[in-house]
Amino acid sequence: MKKKRARHEEENNGTGGEEFVLRLYVSGATPQSTLAIVNVKKICENHLYGRYSLEVIDIYQELDLARRDQVIAVPTLIKRSPHPLRRLIGDMSNTDRVLDGLGVSPSE
Amino acid sequence: MAKAKSAADTFKQTALPKVPTGIYGFDEITAGGLPKGRPTLVFGVAGSGKTVFAMEFLVRGALQYNEPGVYMAFEEGVDDLTDNFRSMGFDLEGLRARKQLVIDHVLLDRGEIRETGEYNLEGLFARIDQATQSAGAKRIVLDSIGALFFGLSDAALLRAELRRLFRWLKDRNLTAVVTGERGSGTLTRHGLEEYVSDCVILLDHRVNEQVSTRRLRVVKYRGSTHGQNEYPFLLTPKGVSIITVTGLALEYKAQAERISSGIAGLDTMLGGKGYFRGSTVLVSGTAGTGKTSLASAFAAAACRRGEGSLYFAFEESASHLSRNMRSIGIDLERWANKGLLLIRAVRPTRYGLEAHLLEMEDLVAEFKPSVVVVDPLTPFGPIGTLIDIQVMLTRLIDFLRSNRITVLLTALTPGSPALEETAAGVSSVIDTWITLRELEVGQERTRTLHILKSRGMAHSMRLAKVILSDRGVEVLDGAIRAPEGKASRSRDVPMRRRSLEEARET
Repeated sequence: MKKKRARHEEENNGTGGEEFVLRLYVSGATPQSTLAIVNVKKICENHLYGRYSLEVIDIYQELDLARRDQVIAVPTLIKRSPHPLRRLIGDMSNTDRVLDGLGVSPSE
Repeated sequence: MAKAKSAADTFKQTALPKVPTGIYGFDEITAGGLPKGRPTLVFGVAGSGKTVFAMEFLVRGALQYNEPGVYMAFEEGVDDLTDNFRSMGFDLEGLRARKQLVIDHVLLDRGEIRETGEYNLEGLFARIDQATQSAGAKRIVLDSIGALFFGLSDAALLRAELRRLFRWLKDRNLTAVVTGERGSGTLTRHGLEEYVSDCVILLDHRVNEQVSTRRLRVVKYRGSTHGQNEYPFLLTPKGVSIITVTGLALEYKAQAERISSGIAGLDTMLGGKGYFRGSTVLVSGTAGTGKTSLASAFAAAACRRGEGSLYFAFEESASHLSRNMRSIGIDLERWANKGLLLIRAVRPTRYGLEAHLLEMEDLVAEFKPSVVVVDPLTPFGPIGTLIDIQVMLTRLIDFLRSNRITVLLTALTPGSPALEETAAGVSSVIDTWITLRELEVGQERTRTLHILKSRGMAHSMRLAKVILSDRGVEVLDGAIRAPEGKASRSRDVPMRRRSLEEARET
């Protein structure tokens, strides 16, 4: 169902006021998780300042939530809003890919 | 028996502990089941029965061996699985409610995913861990693991993670079934066989001339002996049914009780007492030699004893059968009216072999007959390959025998050579084999009967004469004799004119 919705809606190119609702799933204090947290925070501050909310969730603390969100890979950053839903997986060290996944142009 | 026993002993000696799957026939060919606490790879093309095999492993594990299971579904959702398996009588909802089974649908949508650097599959590990702990699972299925490769693009990373996953499953002593798609160059599409080194099973599904055939082969089973053959199997409405070469009916306790064939002369030839209860009787012969008459006499005799008879008529309707048998003094209608006889007339081509098998088993379970007649078993040719018909028959015979039901099968020979082979294919499970033949000598045609084999009894080796009249079926043992000095060499040697003349004189 999510898929259908995602296919038909246009990418939001960060045209101003829309708030980004993000969830970052990590597992404990592993290097990949720590790196992902640092990277996501940096990208948000640089490109989405004042218009994002970020939850950092440890899968082992919130197993049911992680299952409902279909978190397979860790780290996973889920962009819940704006549509379409996106799952960014990895340590978020590739900033261009992260921005592309979020639908944000690098100049923002 | 001796053979089966030694096989069991060998199994006991092997160091590798195994868990029985409960899948019909599978534990026999693997001498005990799947390697305990290790992953097994089951692979095959789409529609080859991987999901059924995997789910049945869990369902039977939960129901028969008290081993709860976890099903990680990468392809189908919980509702779809529940619906699909309901038709097989697998109550997944009930199993889930009783915590004997956990189904977790793992959804991977490539369209939503962007890879932004290094990651691992810790999310999957955590889910599996949670599911297995909540169920106290001993068994787990990952169906199909190939979906990971479809959802994620970093193949090298996935390989490393899969290696870690299988080690992880082993560490937790979980007996796992991992399914995968068949590949073109390698065995499986993503070379999964590299990671699962203990046990690899191939399921094959081919369609030739509109007839589908399924085969199972144990490609590899480390530390264990296993059958090397391709074993035909059916996806019956009750699960996977694999047929082993030896037949499966060896373990049942032999019955000493005897029941009448319904014909006094034939009983005399069968050591004076008739068939063994719970045995399998095959009556083969050319058209018009009296197969149906012999079958009807047998069914009617059971009714006369007050026992139930179930008659599967695959060539004529119940009313035709009753009318024809009345002409030779066998009143089937009377027993049908008394509720002792049930004639089920079905056209073989009406549905597939698997559906026939289910219907027959269901009717047997419902009617609880003491004897069953299948007349004839040969017209299944158009709807199944020879080997599949043998699978079906062996399964049916096995089922009847385990219920102490005596079954009489008729077969038309020689029809096409293939049909004769059908009978030959099941001959290992046949206890008593009677052939009927018609001899044409001058103006006269004589029906003859010969007992090819009858296990566990001293039976007549002579050629008998069969007389069908309004008084019923009569069998006169030794009424036809081979010429002096020439003992009847073979059933295939036609009777000489002289011997018939002798027969007439006596």
